[in-house]
Amino acid sequence: MSETSINRVSASPLANVSQILPFSCVDGPGSRQVIFLQGCNYTCKNCHNPHTITLCDHCGDCIPACPQAALAFDSLSLNQVNKRGMKPRIVWSRELCSHCDKCLSACTKQSNPKTQQYSVEQLLAQIRTNQPFINGITISGGEASLQLPFVIALFKAIKASPQLGHLSCMLDTNGSLSETGWRKLLPYLDGAMVDLKAWQQETHHYITGRDNHRVFQSLTLLAQHEKLYEVRLLHIPSISDFDQEIDALSQYLNKLPETVRIKLNAFHHHGVIGEANHWPNCHEADIQRLAAKLSQRGVKNLVLPSVYL
Amino acid sequence: MTVIDKLASIVSDPHLSPKQKSAYLALEAEASLPYVTISDAVTEAMQAGIICDMFEGHAPFKPRYVLPDYAKFLRQGSSHLELAAATDLDEAINALVILYHHVPSVTNMPVYLGQLDELLMPYVEGIDEQTLYRKLKNLWIMLDRTLPDAFVHVNIGPRDNIVCRTILKIDAELKQVVPNLTFMYDPTTTPDDLLQIAASNICECNKPHIANYPMHASAFDAKGFGIVSCYNALPLAGGANTLVRINLKQLASRTTSIDDFFEHTLPSYCALAYELIEARAKFLHQESHFFDSFLVKEGLIEPSRFAPMFGIYGMAEAVDILLGNAPISEQMSNKPSKNYGHHDSANQLGYRISKALNAIVKSTPVTYGYNDRALLHSQSGISLDIDVTPGVRIPYGTEPNPVAHIQALAPHHQYYTSGISDILTIDATVKQNPEAMLQLCKGAFNLGFREFSANVASNDLIRVTGYMIKLSDIATFKLQGSRTNTTGLGAEAAQNTGILKRQPRVAAHELTPHYF
Repeated sequence: MSETSINRVSASPLANVSQILPFSCVDGPGSRQVIFLQGCNYTCKNCHNPHTITLCDHCGDCIPACPQAALAFDSLSLNQVNKRGMKPRIVWSRELCSHCDKCLSACTKQSNPKTQQYSVEQLLAQIRTNQPFINGITISGGEASLQLPFVIALFKAIKASPQLGHLSCMLDTNGSLSETGWRKLLPYLDGAMVDLKAWQQETHHYITGRDNHRVFQSLTLLAQHEKLYEVRLLHIPSISDFDQEIDALSQYLNKLPETVRIKLNAFHHHGVIGEANHWPNCHEADIQRLAAKLSQRGVKNLVLPSVYL
Repeated sequence: MTVIDKLASIVSDPHLSPKQKSAYLALEAEASLPYVTISDAVTEAMQAGIICDMFEGHAPFKPRYVLPDYAKFLRQGSSHLELAAATDLDEAINALVILYHHVPSVTNMPVYLGQLDELLMPYVEGIDEQTLYRKLKNLWIMLDRTLPDAFVHVNIGPRDNIVCRTILKIDAELKQVVPNLTFMYDPTTTPDDLLQIAASNICECNKPHIANYPMHASAFDAKGFGIVSCYNALPLAGGANTLVRINLKQLASRTTSIDDFFEHTLPSYCALAYELIEARAKFLHQESHFFDSFLVKEGLIEPSRFAPMFGIYGMAEAVDILLGNAPISEQMSNKPSKNYGHHDSANQLGYRISKALNAIVKSTPVTYGYNDRALLHSQSGISLDIDVTPGVRIPYGTEPNPVAHIQALAPHHQYYTSGISDILTIDATVKQNPEAMLQLCKGAFNLGFREFSANVASNDLIRVTGYMIKLSDIATFKLQGSRTNTTGLGAEAAQNTGILKRQPRVAAHELTPHYF
């Protein structure tokens, strides 16, 4: 999928949303409503939410897998299929669903039939109800920046609203957005949490299937504009290269503004599929060792996990 | 079990201290007296578990909760206790600790230790921070070791002062069970950074509870109020003479329809509860001679400031029974359901029941009450309660996310003058983000919550990536998957058994009101 747009910029964009959490403590400063968008341009072996990678193509493989009959082709589009040769669409019944996730197992395309389309106005209505409880909104994914026109439209609307204007607007991203994209978003963005999945190009490629030069570009640009809230390092013992590259990594992190939080995340197997299931779990001791090495080299503002799985 | 057998098993119980044995023996002695005079209908309702006297005893000789005017005591001293008025911090702390041991309650422990920062502020002039810290820390340790009951309760706030801040600091450091702590919050006087400290403390040790000060204050007169035991708001210089509670679940299962519930069942059982309240309060006020005590003579309490608490519990089950919903289970908690706490129509019926109860309590006079009335209370349960949820809470383990949880319960709070405790279980990720706790608390008050209690320690759910998952599921999986991979579990188990080891020393007589 191209980065420019999956929606037309002119029309009011719709978002493909995989999930909304009204209250989160781990997605930026304070308490936040988190909107997870569907679709990612990375294919990380260690992905903890592999069902958020691909947009649903309505192939229907999941329909027979559902024990509750909560998935079906909608009759309207079935009629249209007959008339105009269009693809039928899957409809998910929230009422019937028991959230057993058998549809996710049946899907061969790393997608999810339960994603919903939201307009900016629909999301604003939800945010208004939630507003007394939150400090801000975080858009996550998938990879949130793939739906940039929507992100910009939503943040713009929040900033323009007298009732919601105080809410901070944050993005949780893999850092792959182009400089052009960032420049469009920056006026409406309060901060970003960026994943740095590996230091070396080869390691990054091995883990994510993509290069990391864009990530460094994004980090630099966001830091310049004081919009870099957090850098996230996912520690996978013997797979990620932060241990081996500790000197170069520390030097790099020390050049970032002091306010930037360096968040260490511990790899675990929950939700992971494929070969990464054979990778070692990251324990508290592994994180403590990495944190100690970074601290010894002057890295400040380290944040460690509150719970290890 | 005969009385003699029960006494024998109490005296030889390996898990009780001599003091705890004495307390249970006294309860059994009182239970061998004839019950205060009540009609057969009340007796039957009590035997059927519809109305409950909270095991306060057959012949109430002390009020359930007593809230002395400690400020008056410090100003005037006490002729009965042969104490002059306090002139400095040491004398003030010493005098308070002395009086604590003369304040009875249902548990024989003082359930209210006073608005401690306001009480001590007049005595801290010229005392440096470190000295104050040392003296208060010693007081804190002494309270925990000499009054081992989880419901011994200190109040602080809403004004910012050095005693309030020092207490919050000490409480987070020591993480003791005693004293229980309520921080009063008033948006017009409490600075945000002080509320933030209180919110950070909750992330550390599940204390303090935060009380919506303006909302409580408007329910009582200028003489004030206190929060005691497990979140009961009562008049200062008074208290609660008795607490009688109604099991709404039982009521719902004895009714033929929703209309019948409101028209007949609820009013008729409320009338029986009032009969029990009257009988118990009359004995206390007229027969026991409690109100001849020095506490009354010296003006530390006034009989007219004691009110009966009209408690209810089992709201969740009552609503689901009335609507014909199957009982909710933990497996269903994250799924759409029509159950109480999860669906608007169920929640609306709950509000209607609370409103009806409020109308009954506000319009029914009592002989010994606060402005001749009892005070409605959402009762937070005792260890006997099986398959019935405390107060108006959402069944434990099935609560929705904290925001939905607060939104579902907030409309009840306006009615429960003498306290309502809805404990929000918040996942452990909040520990690194106390600002989130602060915002959640403000959101709750914004919607009309009377008090905000959060429990982080016992929450089995944890937010991982886009999911909330259960730690216990992960633990089970790990045990099955790899028997050697138990470092985390081992640590957690050690922590838990550490907590369990503390239990015998610190009891919660409120929850375990008699010897089982």
